Amino acid sequence: MIRAVIVMNTQGKPRLLKFYEFQPPEKQQELTRSVFAVLSGRPDNVSNFVEADAIFGPGTRLVYKHLATLYFVFVFDSCENELAMLDLIQVLVETLDRCFKNVCELDIVFNFNKMHTILDEIIFGGQVLETSSERVLKAVEEISRLEKSASSVSFVPKSVSGRFGR
Amino acid sequence: MAATSSSPSLVDTLFQRSLDDLIRALRSSSSVTEAAAIARALDEIRREIRSPDLDTKAVALQKLTYLASLHHLDMSWAAFHALELLPSPSLPRPRVAYLAASLSFHPSSTDLLPLATHQLRKHLAPSPSNTPALVTPALHLLALASSADLACHLAPDLVPIVSGQSSIPLRPKAIATALRALAVCPDAAPVLFKPLVDCLSLSSEPHVVSAAVSAFCELALAAPDPSPYLPLAPEFYRLLVDSRNNWVLIKVLKIFARLASLEPRLAARIVDPVCQLLRRSPAKSLVFECIRTVLSSLSDHDAAVRLAVDKIKEFLASDDDPNLRYLGLQALAMLGPAYSWAVEESREVVIQSLNDTDTNIRHEALCLIMGMLCESNVVEICNLLIKYAMKCDPDFANEILDAVLATCGRNVYELIVDFDWYISLLGEMARNPHCAKGNEIERQLVDIGLRVRDARPELVRVARDLLIDPALLGNPFLCSVLSAAAWVSGEYVESSSNLLELVEALLQPRTNLLSSLVRAVYIQAVFKIVTFSFISFIKQIQAFDTKSSADRSTAFENEDGVATADKAVIFDSIDNNETIKHESVSHLLDFVETTVGPLSECDDVEVQERARNVLGLIRIIRETRYWNIVAEHELTRDNKISEIVELMEAAFSEDLGPVSTNAQKRVTVPEDLILNENLSDLAGVLGDIDVTPCTSISFSLRGHHPTKSKEDSAPVIEPSSLLAEHRKRHGLYYLSTEKDEVESNDYPLANEPLLPVSHVDDAKDIVKLTAQSFIPRKAKSTKPRPVVIRLDEGDGVSSSGLTMVKEFKDDLLSGAVRNVLLGNESKPSSSHDMSSDRTSQRGENDASNNNDLFSQPNESNALDGREHRKSSSRKSRHHIRHKEKNGSPGNEDTEEKSHRHSTRSSRHQGKHKHRQRGDTLPDVVPQEPVIQDFLL
Repeated sequence: MIRAVIVMNTQGKPRLLKFYEFQPPEKQQELTRSVFAVLSGRPDNVSNFVEADAIFGPGTRLVYKHLATLYFVFVFDSCENELAMLDLIQVLVETLDRCFKNVCELDIVFNFNKMHTILDEIIFGGQVLETSSERVLKAVEEISRLEKSASSVSFVPKSVSGRFGR
Repeated sequence: MAATSSSPSLVDTLFQRSLDDLIRALRSSSSVTEAAAIARALDEIRREIRSPDLDTKAVALQKLTYLASLHHLDMSWAAFHALELLPSPSLPRPRVAYLAASLSFHPSSTDLLPLATHQLRKHLAPSPSNTPALVTPALHLLALASSADLACHLAPDLVPIVSGQSSIPLRPKAIATALRALAVCPDAAPVLFKPLVDCLSLSSEPHVVSAAVSAFCELALAAPDPSPYLPLAPEFYRLLVDSRNNWVLIKVLKIFARLASLEPRLAARIVDPVCQLLRRSPAKSLVFECIRTVLSSLSDHDAAVRLAVDKIKEFLASDDDPNLRYLGLQALAMLGPAYSWAVEESREVVIQSLNDTDTNIRHEALCLIMGMLCESNVVEICNLLIKYAMKCDPDFANEILDAVLATCGRNVYELIVDFDWYISLLGEMARNPHCAKGNEIERQLVDIGLRVRDARPELVRVARDLLIDPALLGNPFLCSVLSAAAWVSGEYVESSSNLLELVEALLQPRTNLLSSLVRAVYIQAVFKIVTFSFISFIKQIQAFDTKSSADRSTAFENEDGVATADKAVIFDSIDNNETIKHESVSHLLDFVETTVGPLSECDDVEVQERARNVLGLIRIIRETRYWNIVAEHELTRDNKISEIVELMEAAFSEDLGPVSTNAQKRVTVPEDLILNENLSDLAGVLGDIDVTPCTSISFSLRGHHPTKSKEDSAPVIEPSSLLAEHRKRHGLYYLSTEKDEVESNDYPLANEPLLPVSHVDDAKDIVKLTAQSFIPRKAKSTKPRPVVIRLDEGDGVSSSGLTMVKEFKDDLLSGAVRNVLLGNESKPSSSHDMSSDRTSQRGENDASNNNDLFSQPNESNALDGREHRKSSSRKSRHHIRHKEKNGSPGNEDTEEKSHRHSTRSSRHQGKHKHRQRGDTLPDVVPQEPVIQDFLL
């Protein structure tokens, strides 16, 4: 299964953290730091795999992709195929790209909930469920449509800065 | 803001910051002020989250979730607020609450988890308001944060969704949730397993099949004994042949790789489809999975292995994709030593990979090369690697050193034939500028000294080279190596060629850079050298005297009692050297006295103590009456001298050997041994013995030697003679005493200075040099391998105890699964077409139910499964029973075992028998028929 999905920027700031096996907050911070320490030491144009035994326990591996200012990291065990995981990162990135029209780090920063919604459509409880970004997109759009219609009455933007800040 | 911090005010609600506002505020704060900004936001959230207005609460919870997830704050205190929002009819609120809960809840830390049960059940029930947008996060919470109780309670609610009977179209997600529920609560297996199996059927849509297959992959790979999943093999086989979905195929291959080890006939069955996929599939991920399956489970099928190796070569040849090269190397590493030809064929690529920019690839290449080492090529390859380590970056250099040390030292140096070579290699490793493996080198130097008698002369030579190099003293990583070198040259001083030079090296001024523990070892070595040279000198005179007296008085006088046979060794070594002169010994003593003198005032107790030992010895020697007399032969007239010599010899002439960890146990307690009740009189004995623990080298005798010999004669001889006696009795644990012929030193030195070679040529160099080195071939006709002392260590502690707990839990699951499968699928022919056959299965079940009465012991498995369904509360008793039954079939009655054996041994007959019995007792051997039908 997939143990964790981590999206962080090249300064090591986490942008999306999802652990499919519970980790307390301090542990999450420690894991994120160790992953960043490993990744930041790796030059470009090298293989995308890292043995993660020391960080995530025996038998785990880590695959990552470095795109623009972000690292996309999947941690998984022997039930997953390395190259398939690499493809799955591609699926995630493609979906984000279609969802946010030319995704950049800022989109990910400001769409915390939506990021989780998208991720949950692709990976659920550590299992890969969907690999077509089109279908993911459709499901996500349906959810936001429902959310909007439900909140149209009650979710009037209340905050002053919310009204004038955009 | 007039509101107190405790109660939320209207102002808070009206001017609440949204999540976006919070993110913006955090982004605009610098790294210094960020902590303050977070603290402020947290205060705000703590107020807002108590607001009676649910929207305010929801936004506060959302902000808190964000902070908790990405700024690692603890939000367990807000668990109740999340639960409060779950029943809200407005979709965004429960979604926010579920997200918060699934990210922060865990049975171990969330006491309130049971409070979610009711709401989860409500959201999982088929109802028009339960849209996927609501059920998905509910399932997610159940998947990620479920406790055993929660999973057990809600398992029945999952079943309709998993089996597609519910109006909620979320089968794949429910399957993934069911998998997690099974993991935390094996007792849910009777409820959940059957619907999961049904998902594999032909009629299911592709997404459902895919999710179910990954769930089974997870289950089968996690189970310590995957045999309960064997009955599903036909389903998986159908998928392997029919499916066009690479994700599904990968999972199916993983399942087969696990199952094939249990059932050898499976391998023969899947080898064709796997080879088809290998040949045809354009997807590299699938090809890689096929390669892995072939190498791990189908290694008996040569054609398949050949094909896989060809594919690996394609991977290795992909210059533009380091991922494929890396995985290719890993795949090669999966092949055992039996397939060295495969590595051999790719030798060039492997060795060139040592020079790759990618550390992963270099690491894999190194592992592969180490895996290829054998007696005949170890010299060549290790020489090259160590030379290569001189030139590459520090991390990889140490990785190489580590690998060489570990491989060569494995199993008491089983690969090493030529220890002289290996010792000089160790010396060379120590000289690597990046070397950080001093401790291991130290260990091996001392260890070889203890175990391999023949290697000692070379050991002393290498130690000398290390000791006289002042440059090495400044390197803190080499301290331990130098310590070993000093110990070796002191302990095996008789092999040394130039004692004065050695003493000068040990006492050179830069030794003050060493740590005090290492210095203490240095001084102790000096002590041994001084002793040795003094003894040798005296013996030489005595020998001369004996000889001349023998010459003089023709054969009747033989009073000389000193030069006994066991001391002949030392004579031999003296003969090899030049004759020792009185002046040279005097000079040595003078030198040692002047250089060690200041150390007797040293602050460190170890150094000071040992320095004083040395000085004491020199004083004793000087005090003998005839020492300063130039006429050397007068010396022997002083009885004190003979006494000193005898004493010293007794202390130092014995070899120290490796001691088995079990040695103490084998010593039987003598019958007449009476231990004092009160051990206080020991203090008197210990008072004059130096009991400071020795330095890092691991035996305790050494620390006692100096004082024994320093003390005055009579009482001290006793302990050492006791020691000798002890050794005689337990000689079997020590170095053998047979004398081997003197080593010839015809090997070239390994540590010749390196010529600067440009980095680009390195790999070519290496390839060229190892031209044929991977092929195991006849070793050159060298000298035979010297005796290496090996102790029959019985300390192989079984590691099984560590994994017991986990296995127990897994076993529960597979036991439960076995019950479900064997209970429901007892009829093998039905497994190909399950959906149509389901009704008949039910009938079958009932039939076997009746048969329970007749065949109680054999049927207990199925019985147990049914009992489970009735009551899951009596957990513990069931657990034990599962364990007994599923842990090993060997636990069953021997009668049944022999019966089963007979059915298996002659398959033809057995099948026949089985059919006969089928009418009366259809399910006597529950596991056999299911798989057999598919395979035959």
